[in-house]
Amino acid sequence: MKTVSAQKKINWLQKKSSETRRLILQTVHHAGAGHIGGPLSVTDLLIALYFDVMNIKPDEPLWAERDRFVLSKGHSAIALYTVLALRGYFPVEELKTFDDIDSRLQAHPDMKLLPGLDMSTGSLGQGISAAVGMALGAKLKQQTFSTYCIIGDGESQEGQVWEAADVAAKYELDNLVVIMDYNKLQQFGWKGTEGREREIPIFSPEDRWAAFGWNVLAIDGHDVEQIIEACQQAKRVHGKPTVVIAHTVKGKGVSFMENNYTWHAKVPNAEELKAALEELDMGV
Amino acid sequence: MQLQLDKKVAMRDAFGETLLQFTKDDPRVYAVDGDLATSTRLDKVAEGNPAKFLQMGIAEQNMLGVASGLATVGLQPWVCTFAAFIVKRSLDQIAVTIAQPKLDVKMIGAYSGLLTGCTGKTHQGLEDIAIMRSLANMVVLAPADAVEVKKVMEFARDYHGPVYIRLARDPLPTLFAEETHTFTPGKGVKLIEGQDVTIISTGTQTGRAVQAANLLRAAGIQAGVLHLPSIKPIDVEAIVEAAERTGAVVATEEHSIYGGLGSAVAEVLVEHKPVPMTRVGVRDLNSESGPNDALLKKYQIAVEDIVRGAKEVLQRKEKENV
Repeated sequence: MKTVSAQKKINWLQKKSSETRRLILQTVHHAGAGHIGGPLSVTDLLIALYFDVMNIKPDEPLWAERDRFVLSKGHSAIALYTVLALRGYFPVEELKTFDDIDSRLQAHPDMKLLPGLDMSTGSLGQGISAAVGMALGAKLKQQTFSTYCIIGDGESQEGQVWEAADVAAKYELDNLVVIMDYNKLQQFGWKGTEGREREIPIFSPEDRWAAFGWNVLAIDGHDVEQIIEACQQAKRVHGKPTVVIAHTVKGKGVSFMENNYTWHAKVPNAEELKAALEELDMGV
Repeated sequence: MQLQLDKKVAMRDAFGETLLQFTKDDPRVYAVDGDLATSTRLDKVAEGNPAKFLQMGIAEQNMLGVASGLATVGLQPWVCTFAAFIVKRSLDQIAVTIAQPKLDVKMIGAYSGLLTGCTGKTHQGLEDIAIMRSLANMVVLAPADAVEVKKVMEFARDYHGPVYIRLARDPLPTLFAEETHTFTPGKGVKLIEGQDVTIISTGTQTGRAVQAANLLRAAGIQAGVLHLPSIKPIDVEAIVEAAERTGAVVATEEHSIYGGLGSAVAEVLVEHKPVPMTRVGVRDLNSESGPNDALLKKYQIAVEDIVRGAKEVLQRKEKENV
């Protein structure tokens, strides 16, 4: 039985997610460039991490004991920037500089430019290795912070992801939580079109990660309560890293963007933006 | 300069011993292996200070990524595998997660060049200088003997940022005295003074350059030798000074002629002091396995090839002066 205050918190986080989605759509429309589908699918995961799960100090972004976060699927950068801005790392107003020249908000995250970014990413499959290094480093230095890393399902076609999975299990990195944004869609379609289903990659992430010796959890990646609970569960596991398979919907929140691969990196025009924002308003 | 031919020491031995000492002296320093420790001598750390040895298995992409993560929490990983693998199998990882964010990761390309113990073209490292030199923020170093290996490593340990160090497998004649030799990034080392032609060399090729200069001297040609252990940053002043003084330059390296030391020297000369120049390195060829002497001869980077290069460039200089 959920307490009133717990339910209030969930409602508040959901509102934050909705606000994030609005800002993502407005920012990409304003920039005239950027990704849409992935950022909308990963939003609730980021909100849960930054507004509840992670131990961080936005006014002290390099605090040595902070929990680390790596967005391995770096092309969802605009979602991360929006959440960081809402969490107080930098002014929300600065989102308007996204993708512009001299901006700290690069198309893909640049850790040298923006406070709060723990790793530069963009080329797929790489962030998870850096996260493994952070978690391993914490063990070596006997620090108690946790490391969180969001990977994509498409990204997991990179062999490096599984090299990293191997090493993380070998070093028993129970301070590492990898969350897979399992939106089942990528740039040029994943579901296949009529008669072309054989092109779908054979993929069962739960079995794969389990075979690599990880603690595997599967959740609804748009349910902030489930996301928070999974991260809490991960903390109770000893001797192995945790992967959370977060089932998500690419383009979540806007009906005409949901499950439509053409919205991977398409810029909404004024009309589409208006329709999308109206839907988001109705949703909350 | 006379080489101490009787005192041959392998760079990899100096590397393993020095790194072991670093791991004992400096809490930040860790050795990171891609399962080649017995070849690269990283096994010295595995045996002498096992708590500071991290085994990443045969998976270079992840190995370099893990190193970047270790660096972000204040550790200093020294990643070592063969030059061919560290540079080519994990190039994008180095570019995105190490070079661009300028993280404090040391990358050691053991088994560079042609002489990799009869392992052939897959294990030889002939493109590492060219590739690493093109990455933003990367420091690229190629010491010439075991003494200089230690000096270069001391610099790398004290410098905060990505450094690539090129090493070699087999014992090499000693050039420098441990008590007096120093290393400064971006500074060359004048080994022999000469008025007729300057041989500019790096890494393992410097010993051969000295031998070539000695042969040339016997033939009445005063050849200078300028050793450049620091390829990036490079000693522009010393290169220009050599060109002004001798008016002819041979750049030589145990590396491809494309993009390596020869290219770096040519870039400096073209911009500051064009003089007749030639490159003595491996041409546009796939190499093979074979004994050291045979490889140096067939791929035209032996002492005699440097001598021939010097004579050729001298002829061009004289023709221009007529």
